[in-house]
Amino acid sequence: MTNVTRRRRKLSTPTLLALPAVVIVLALCVMPVLRILLLGFSDPAVGLSNYALLGSSEALRRIMATTAVMCVATTVITVSLAYVIAYAMVHVTHREVRWMFFFILLAFWLSVLVRTFAWIIILRSEGPINQMLMALGIVNQPVQLVRNTFGVLLGMVHVMLPLAVLPLYSALNGIDLRLTSAARGLGCGRIRAFLWVFLPLSAPGLVAATVLVFVFSLGFFITPAILGGGRVIMIAEYIRTQFEVTLRWGYAAMLATTLLVTVIAALSIAARFVNLRRIMGGAH
Amino acid sequence: MAESALAPPVRWTAWILIGFIFLPFLVVIPVSFSDRPYLSLPEHALSLEHYREFLGDSGWLHALGRSTLIAALSTIAALVLGSLCAFGVWRMQPGPARWVQSIILLPLIIPTVVLGLAFYRAWVDLRIVNTMFGVVLAHTITSLPFVFITVSAALAHVDPKIEMAAKSLGASMPQTLAWVLVPMVLPGILSGALFAFVHSFDELIVVLFITSRGLETLPKKMWMSLEDDLTPVIACVAVLLCMLTLAFLLLELALRSRLKNTTST
Repeated sequence: MTNVTRRRRKLSTPTLLALPAVVIVLALCVMPVLRILLLGFSDPAVGLSNYALLGSSEALRRIMATTAVMCVATTVITVSLAYVIAYAMVHVTHREVRWMFFFILLAFWLSVLVRTFAWIIILRSEGPINQMLMALGIVNQPVQLVRNTFGVLLGMVHVMLPLAVLPLYSALNGIDLRLTSAARGLGCGRIRAFLWVFLPLSAPGLVAATVLVFVFSLGFFITPAILGGGRVIMIAEYIRTQFEVTLRWGYAAMLATTLLVTVIAALSIAARFVNLRRIMGGAH
Repeated sequence: MAESALAPPVRWTAWILIGFIFLPFLVVIPVSFSDRPYLSLPEHALSLEHYREFLGDSGWLHALGRSTLIAALSTIAALVLGSLCAFGVWRMQPGPARWVQSIILLPLIIPTVVLGLAFYRAWVDLRIVNTMFGVVLAHTITSLPFVFITVSAALAHVDPKIEMAAKSLGASMPQTLAWVLVPMVLPGILSGALFAFVHSFDELIVVLFITSRGLETLPKKMWMSLEDDLTPVIACVAVLLCMLTLAFLLLELALRSRLKNTTST
């Protein structure tokens, strides 16, 4: 990368091997993204007019608030549930872990579209949950489970759960379980041994899982768009609306920049605490 | 000893949560065999009606064919570029290596809607919006990190001295790559190919940005149908994707255990 300016003949073999991929990513991904970032300052007029809307637009403030609330709620719920799974995984037999892993990976690699579609079937007014509630006489008419905050939250947690379990498991797996045994041997109760010994040791994994889930929730599009049904609009869907319907390019670019900057900020804060490179590689 | 530390309720909660994670498979499969003309669980009998409809609809079949072709082509391209890059980084100094890694991983970190916007503007200038080539190119870029990560992970287990041995025996760099390094990390390369293929086959968001009417991939057709008529054929397509994921995972796990065997000896 640093050798690009030198003459071709002088490039070392490793650089030559890496060069095609680097050039393609720089030219066809990084450059276009930078152009989008610039567009936010130049369309429709040069200046900060698009960014002024961040403070003044009521609609935008509502979407930002929805996005923030949904992302934080998704992250908290997902990481807590994932912790239970990962905690169980490091304590059960090898055979059982392999089965747990199998199911989690299967869901992890299943298309998000299919996973969201399954929730539509389950949560619809004519779906099995509403049929059961009505058959049992608990309700007289179908309960609204989808096209609202509940549906989106459920769908998002469901999609993010495998993503959170994988880094948490690899972090928890590195903890020496004899330490909690030792604490208990020294008279600690089960809960105190967990809170004072195990939980602090698992902090890096918790940070990693939290950041991953938060970052991916921020840019989440498919699940909120389908399960929200136009009533729970998050920033990614809003960007697409600007692109497709209103054609306000500068505004869309400003939103994209805001999203990207938030993601990068979250990642770089996290990078101070944990080795993200290892987690990104280890998650797959 | 370790097991005694786990309270049974925790274990059962974990399994219930895994059941929750696994739920889509349990729902989508029976719905696809429904005997009702709309999306629902089978009522009186199982039926293949919706599969028949899927196989008789040229729109769905074209979308299936198109998605397969796009995934195959972008996988091949990402495989060549990503593997070569991983080999290069493996032999670089740590400084430049970190730079290259960061650049190659960018398509994974940038939110997909942002990528979609960026690709659209660039593809307009290159006049490849709403073309197969445009989609293949975009998917090549978004698949690159997957190949790069798996091949790098496989290379991490290879002793660099092997390459020097090949060189000292007179092998040129292309020969060393083709006859020594590639065979050693072949399981890693193949698993990268699997990741890239499934990624492209399932990818929806970038496709929504860089295509308009007339170029429907399978996920895009599903998406349009979800917004429009909600036909039960979607359930059949969903089952197809479930099966693909299952096959992919079994292959991937097989490759992973082979990689462990070949590099540990």
